[in-house]
Amino acid sequence: MSKKLVLGFDDSESAKAALDFATTLAKAQGAEVIVAHVLEWSPYSFLTKEELEERHMRRKEELARAEDALLKPVLKKLSDAGITATTVLRYGHIADTLVDIINENNAEMIVIGRTGHSALSSRLFGSVAGSLAQAAPVPVTIVP
Amino acid sequence: MKHAFKTPLAALFALLALSAPALAQSIDETVNEIFANSTGWFVSLIFSDFPGTSFPWIVGWLVIAATVFTVYFGVVQLRWVGHSIALVKGDYSDPNDAGEVSHFQALATALSGTVGLGNIAGVAVAVGIGGPGATFWMILAGLLGMASKFTECTLGVKYRNEYPDGKVSGGPMYYLSKGFKERGIFGGGILAVLFSIFCILGALGGGNMFQANQAHAQLANVLGDYPGWITGIVMAAVVFAVIVGGLKSIAKVTEKVVPFMGILYVGTALIIIAMNYDQIGTAFGRIFEGAFTGLGVAGGMVGALIQGFRRAAFSNEAGVGSAAIAHSAVRTKEPITEGFVSLLEPFIDTVVVCTMTALVIIITDQLITDPETGLFVLNEAGNAVQTVDGNTGVALTSAAFSSSIDGFKYVLALAVILFAFSTMLSWSYYGLKAWTFLFGEGQTKELVFKLIFCLFVVIGAASSLGPVIDFSDAAIFAMAVVNVLGLYFLMPIVKRELHSYASRLRSGEIKKYK
Repeated sequence: MSKKLVLGFDDSESAKAALDFATTLAKAQGAEVIVAHVLEWSPYSFLTKEELEERHMRRKEELARAEDALLKPVLKKLSDAGITATTVLRYGHIADTLVDIINENNAEMIVIGRTGHSALSSRLFGSVAGSLAQAAPVPVTIVP
Repeated sequence: MKHAFKTPLAALFALLALSAPALAQSIDETVNEIFANSTGWFVSLIFSDFPGTSFPWIVGWLVIAATVFTVYFGVVQLRWVGHSIALVKGDYSDPNDAGEVSHFQALATALSGTVGLGNIAGVAVAVGIGGPGATFWMILAGLLGMASKFTECTLGVKYRNEYPDGKVSGGPMYYLSKGFKERGIFGGGILAVLFSIFCILGALGGGNMFQANQAHAQLANVLGDYPGWITGIVMAAVVFAVIVGGLKSIAKVTEKVVPFMGILYVGTALIIIAMNYDQIGTAFGRIFEGAFTGLGVAGGMVGALIQGFRRAAFSNEAGVGSAAIAHSAVRTKEPITEGFVSLLEPFIDTVVVCTMTALVIIITDQLITDPETGLFVLNEAGNAVQTVDGNTGVALTSAAFSSSIDGFKYVLALAVILFAFSTMLSWSYYGLKAWTFLFGEGQTKELVFKLIFCLFVVIGAASSLGPVIDFSDAAIFAMAVVNVLGLYFLMPIVKRELHSYASRLRSGEIKKYK
């Protein structure tokens, strides 16, 4: 069984850098890449009546958009480079969900870009990379 | 397209702002008079008494219904409350469904529609007329109402319409028509249409005019007296911006701030109760004694009971059917889980929040008693308890809170406006659902309803409390007449769901994920 590494991916610049890093690393080690994208979601947030009504529809749209715009190009890029890759698309708390994905796949490491969110929200709520560094059960590579 | 509507409104506003204050005062009076004259018959019909008694039949109707559902479902509100909380916590939510509406979100959204002025102003009306004893009957009505809510919300989800684009529409109009057809009973369609008509009236009355009216009362209380139509125009403009102009951000902010306002309100009430801890025993003593003797209020024990039941129904809307509209959007494989979740609503709304308001009013001695007899002193008209400074409605609650915490009336004014606004938005949604059920969906049709809705904000704010509160109650209770009748026919369906769910829960087919 080959090694597995999880790449936490979103549409930020540093995520692209993380993708490049993961590509080089996976090639060198012959590892399999699991590209994970987590849509931030809390079941305890407050929604308006219209948001409630449209939620199911929006969820479908969000999933489709993430799949098409985000994950497919990455998957193509990785397979062009001759790397075995799969994708995971989930809703949830980003860092916690990435940890779940690592555990479910018995991955050996995770690669993630440094700044996904804006600087202000990172300052207020802590960044994904920061919380992952604390919570991940495997080595974390944070790519600037 | 949106902007086209804003200009005439601005022009109207400017025109009204230019009118002389004297004219404005007479506008208030005219609106009031027309209103009282045109809705009086409807109010008398709904609130007529059982022949030979002074007990309004509608209050009996709701209490009997709540009692029937409580017995029929084996005290569901007690036996399943633990499971309800587990559902809200997400213990039974499939992680693969993350991103869909959770039980917590459905509950929070439905609550923000019910926790509102009914809890602040409505309770003050109940205690002001019915004395502390009204609180006892209010709590009882809240506990029984949990079973009504459970029944209607389960049906709301079960018989909702799901459209290809993923949107859902549900509520009594759908379960009345579809559920009756399924059971092969005639008349579901007629009930559904009747319900929709009353729902539109309720949306304009309790869900709109009463809110605007009390928001104005509180503002006038804080800022000094000024004509109601000014508040009305301003609130109507904001409501217009959201429901017609599509300014979703205002709705979103409201939806996020309201829960915190609610917590702040209950927290403050608890602090005031704690500050007067030596009075708690006396307060409960008065609540119990008043519940069975009336302690001299108008109508005695029956007067207290009627007020308590009336305001509880108005506040938690159990049996009215509105919550079934709100809850039907949730994503769940089991309709009954939404019923379990919704039964927490009357508890939070009435048993917790309303009781807080009542306790604060009683503990801070807002109601004047005769020192010799210990009975309450009635006002000059003899129809309500005399209060310190003659306050009624939201002003009474405000005075009670401010007597312990100076300046709280400003916080309360903000809370009242936010609650009023969020309730209005909720009811504009319920009303619109009923409207589209009757007339079909379509931009123009929806716009007509939305414009009528905005107009009623102004009428509500300009009208004096009496006619508005009576019409508001009448319209909302009229919804309950139809809804409860339907629930009697459909309750075996809910019972079947309950049995099936309970057995699958026991067998482990329904899994716990956490």
